[in-house]
Amino acid sequence: MIIGEQKPLEEIKELIGDARKVLVAGCGTCVAVCSAGGEREAQILASALRLAFQVDGNSREVTEATVQRQCEWEYIDPLAEQVAESDVVVSLACGIGVQTLVERFPEAWIVPGLNTTFLGMPQEQGIWVERCQACGQCILGVTAGICPIARCSKQLLNGPCGGSHDGKCEVNPDIECAWHLIYERLRKLGKLELMLRFQPAKDWSVSRDGGPRRIVREDLRVLPET
Amino acid sequence: MSEANGYKSGSRLEKLLRAGHFVVTGELGPPQSADGEVICQKARLLKGKCDAVNITDNQTAIVRLSSIGSGIICLQEGVEPIVQMTCRDRNRLAMQSDLLAAYALGVRNLLCLTGDHQSFGNHPTAKNVHDLDSLQLIHMMAKMRDEKVFQCGDPIKGAEPRFFIGAAANPFADPFDWRPYRLLKKVEAGADFIQTQLIYNVEKFAEYMRRVRELGLHERVYILAGVGPLKTPGMARYMRDKVPGMEVPDALVERMEAAGRDIPKEDKEARNAAWREEGIKITVELIEQLRQIEGVAGIHIMSIEWEEGVGLIAERAGLLPRPTVGELEDR
Amino acid sequence: MSDNGFEPQITAFMCIYCGYMAADTAGALRIPYPANVKLVKLPCTGKTDPRYILQAFEEGADGVYVVACPVGNCHHVRGNERGYARVQRTKKLLDAIGLGGERLEMFFMSGGQGQAFADAAKEMTERIRSLGPSPIKERVNELTG
Ligand code: SF4
Ligand code: SF4
Repeated sequence: MIIGEQKPLEEIKELIGDARKVLVAGCGTCVAVCSAGGEREAQILASALRLAFQVDGNSREVTEATVQRQCEWEYIDPLAEQVAESDVVVSLACGIGVQTLVERFPEAWIVPGLNTTFLGMPQEQGIWVERCQACGQCILGVTAGICPIARCSKQLLNGPCGGSHDGKCEVNPDIECAWHLIYERLRKLGKLELMLRFQPAKDWSVSRDGGPRRIVREDLRVLPET
Repeated sequence: MSEANGYKSGSRLEKLLRAGHFVVTGELGPPQSADGEVICQKARLLKGKCDAVNITDNQTAIVRLSSIGSGIICLQEGVEPIVQMTCRDRNRLAMQSDLLAAYALGVRNLLCLTGDHQSFGNHPTAKNVHDLDSLQLIHMMAKMRDEKVFQCGDPIKGAEPRFFIGAAANPFADPFDWRPYRLLKKVEAGADFIQTQLIYNVEKFAEYMRRVRELGLHERVYILAGVGPLKTPGMARYMRDKVPGMEVPDALVERMEAAGRDIPKEDKEARNAAWREEGIKITVELIEQLRQIEGVAGIHIMSIEWEEGVGLIAERAGLLPRPTVGELEDR
Repeated sequence: MSDNGFEPQITAFMCIYCGYMAADTAGALRIPYPANVKLVKLPCTGKTDPRYILQAFEEGADGVYVVACPVGNCHHVRGNERGYARVQRTKKLLDAIGLGGERLEMFFMSGGQGQAFADAAKEMTERIRSLGPSPIKERVNELTG
């Protein structure tokens, strides 16, 4: 899922600026599961903003609403009225949700309340870790299901660099060396020959480097492209 | 002509290795400024003390005068450079174009590295590149030289860059069992010579070399063993405890500590001199032991910010004078 | 604003185990504690939620505290530790809001410790009295004259 982290209150206040009517828009999917922008967090942020503005002696109207998914038209349509009544919408969705709102409500001023951080998973309660960079050409099949693009600090493709130490990455002892993990897993599964194979230079054109990406599934489309 | 005699690059380093000399390489760290004179001075200290000199590329991710630029200055001083290039700062376009220029300007040796992570340096907020990894860089340069093609496969219509291609090896990094295979991959990608990480634990290195020989790699690539003088007991402890992939046996740390023990703290100069003397002594001993190991084709002396050290060590290890190219061509 | 005569309004969240029992014990033993404390029961302090705490402040509390079972003795094993972590996070949020994290506290005690309960109530009352009324209430008062 998409993992995000709420921006500091101070920054959110700056983004709100002078707006009098503030709508905090939560999203009930990824960012709710990672406790960054779901219904609960939207309520907390709305409450915190109301209090903060009162402390500043400058009360505002801060309301909050959460939809199941901010990244789909159908789900955000019910927000139309509240958005129209607000001077600013603080979206607690990931960057995709923010932009979906922007596209649907071109008249509204919409700001992000989250920093969208990575694609990952909860490793344990309260800890989220990155797992994928959406590189567009998945190589997990040759790396024992452990992604060196997302998890090796240098995105190496041909094994661990000289900084791998005791299973940890040279960058930080909190980071597991992805290539150490790959090596160990391949070894245990008797597939080390995969690691001996030279991995040629990666085709980054299918990743973000190729420009913004788009998938078209003609079989699913309702209207043909004009 | 380099192609004649079957040389890959015709560099002095390549010729000496091919002729079976036990080679000596040194290292030069460019300044964090536009002061080319610093490089000239360091080059003069190294001249005649080693066969070629590594020029670091933004070492430890700190911005410095470029390795190629510094290499050109070395050439002007009559010192043969081994230009280092990391994968951290350039994509495949920049690497190829910079290396075309380096070749055109007379650089013949190249060392392909992954590069330290930018978080260690003075621009930790930089975006890193790692478009290619070090193996892919080796492979690209070997194909440019041997197949006259760019990375994309397009032919190089004019002169191709013919580098003597080097790679690094860290026998002490984990997983230890994998390291000889990583070397194998580098050799298959096209590496002609290898320079190792600093070696203080000769026993472990010997075991690594045993496995390297088992794979027959010592016959396919020139391996230069990396050494460097410890300068203070503090540095020894730091390298032992803090630097990932570095192994400094306690005995060596103790020797460094013992060297300054009888000298009063106030006499800083005498203490430093005693430490440096011990550091040199240790390095010379290490070189003697490493020379005995089958498959070690030379020594790479990394004397960071102490360029005089290279000459002192080479002298004491009986590695001077270095053969001249003239001698070589007379053979 | 003088502290004299300021009676802080305090909301105390407590679990129905040790926290509430401690309050009960204080009552049974007739240990006096400030009357300005509003008690709110939680099934466990593991249910402590920044939402509730902020809501209390929005509704005019000058201070809030949470009373839990002793660490290691929670009836839901580690609910009180979770509650503690949330209190810490909410303290930071209160700092960011400008109310100040010191208006929020957490206390651990067992059900028999009536005195500890009274002490906590006293400590918070005194602390909040010296901090003064919540700026929120002042604003509300300003607005309503
Ligand atoms: S290889 Fe690419 S697509 Fe697959 S997990 Fe890694 S980043 Fe994601
Ligand atoms: S130590 Fe491991 S994870 Fe870190 S950069 Fe090197 S290979 Fe990648």
